[in-house]
Amino acid sequence: MVTLKKSLNLLAAVIFTASSVFSYAQTNAQNLEKSIEETEQSVAETLEAAEEANHEHPIVEKTQAQKVQDHITHHLADDYSFVFFSDEAEGKNYGFSLPVILIDNGLKVFMSSEFDYGKKVVEKDGQFYKLYHGKIYKTDAAGTIDYDDTHHPTNEKPLDFSITKNVASLLFTTALIFVMFLGLAKTYKNGANNLPKGFARALEPMVLYVRDEMAIPNIGKDKYRKFMPYLLSVFFLIFLLNLLGLTPLGFNVTGSISVTACLAIFTFIITQFSANKDYWKHIFWMPGVPVPMKIMLAPIEILGALIKPFSLMVRLFANITAGHSVVFGLIAIIFVMKEALGTGGAIGIGFFLSTFLVFLEILVAFLQAFIFTMLSSLFIGMAVAEHEHDEAHH
Amino acid sequence: MDKLINDFSFGLFFWQFIILLVVVFVLGKFAWKPIVNALEAREEGIADALAAAENAKREMANLKADNEKLLVEARAERDALLKEAREIKDQMIADAKGEAEAQGQKLIAQAKAVIETEKAAAVSELKNQVSSISIEIAEKLLKDQLADKEAQSKLVEKMLDEVKLN
Repeated sequence: MVTLKKSLNLLAAVIFTASSVFSYAQTNAQNLEKSIEETEQSVAETLEAAEEANHEHPIVEKTQAQKVQDHITHHLADDYSFVFFSDEAEGKNYGFSLPVILIDNGLKVFMSSEFDYGKKVVEKDGQFYKLYHGKIYKTDAAGTIDYDDTHHPTNEKPLDFSITKNVASLLFTTALIFVMFLGLAKTYKNGANNLPKGFARALEPMVLYVRDEMAIPNIGKDKYRKFMPYLLSVFFLIFLLNLLGLTPLGFNVTGSISVTACLAIFTFIITQFSANKDYWKHIFWMPGVPVPMKIMLAPIEILGALIKPFSLMVRLFANITAGHSVVFGLIAIIFVMKEALGTGGAIGIGFFLSTFLVFLEILVAFLQAFIFTMLSSLFIGMAVAEHEHDEAHH
Repeated sequence: MDKLINDFSFGLFFWQFIILLVVVFVLGKFAWKPIVNALEAREEGIADALAAAENAKREMANLKADNEKLLVEARAERDALLKEAREIKDQMIADAKGEAEAQGQKLIAQAKAVIETEKAAAVSELKNQVSSISIEIAEKLLKDQLADKEAQSKLVEKMLDEVKLN
């Protein structure tokens, strides 16, 4: 946990240096807290109101808080184009569009710019598509969207394999990982005693960290080697995606449930397929307990085996989503509290708080990658463990 | 939960699945395995080198102990040799002394015997010479005394007197 300790030290240093700013801002602090609470409340209220209002009166003027909430929701969700800045006043977005790939009576590929951010209906081979709230729906030439009672569109969705913002980010990160680790692997080509140079030198201890702190203690020295490719892939993929999510590129891959679900399903599949007889016996016919208990324990154990990957999925998703939401919320202080604190004060407070939080998020980025890999190896370790002792435990 | 299910995008799931498979297998073959193997090989190499160094150290210590033992043995052997030599020397001296003494004794005895015989011879010769000289002297004396007839008759008479015929 050396890395953790170091990041904690860093955190402590940041807090220490920030303490002077705190004392300066103390007079404002109570005010600020109160107003933050108020804002949050009003954000929640206006959000609900907006949801309703949005569908009934789409042209209604949005409040500042509503805009912030929309922006956060928009950021957290996937997108069909990569937008770096957008100019609301002129309605312009600066970024690039990404390819849309639909399977709907044949393959249909076109650029997302054809949607013009949801303003236009796209027609391909007699089929009409509309981008509505970040999702593509089949529609008619007029772009009609039907709603059910809870304002969810009931239009049919085509099978969507588009290179969305998250997929593009994923591909970019994967390319980065390939470059990094193929480079590291190349240093060992001329013998294992060739030490890596430059950036690769920083990667080697991390590989060792995954091996010595996660794989070997949990899976055991004889069996860990088989699972190293998966554990290393997952660790570096999550870590890098988390870190890059904190950059102004602003993507939120590990904060989308599809990605964490996929990762968790991988862990689940690997665990089940590498499990030995003991593992299944412990699930279906728990040794060392009376028969009625065995019958009672079986469903609990089966449920437990399913909950483990589910917890993996939700933990990563929730941590990253929460981090991104809070960072965006704090940045939004600049706009929401401009009147209460003055432009300079708002920028200062927003900047300070979000900087502080980003440091925390760097820690979380590492921590979540660590926890996911750690728990994956723990589950795998439980599945492959040999129970050579008598079965009186549990 | 409703929102989570609504947010679930099959496309993103699909791409993540493909990418993870590619990363695990392709990178597994070309990066993870070589890296893990190389790290292991290096660790083994280091462990081996350390063990070898430890072995060499132990061997050196053994060698040193052996040398010391050899030195002690050599020293003991030298001492034993010296002692033996001294003993032999003493023995030889003692032997020589005894032999010389015996020889001397023998020589002295021989000399004594020779002296004895020589003395006896000399004495007997002296005796002979003395007797012969005494005879000569007696002859001469007799010659002188019995030069005239009177002396002769006197003597005869004297002799006759001495020899009394009874």
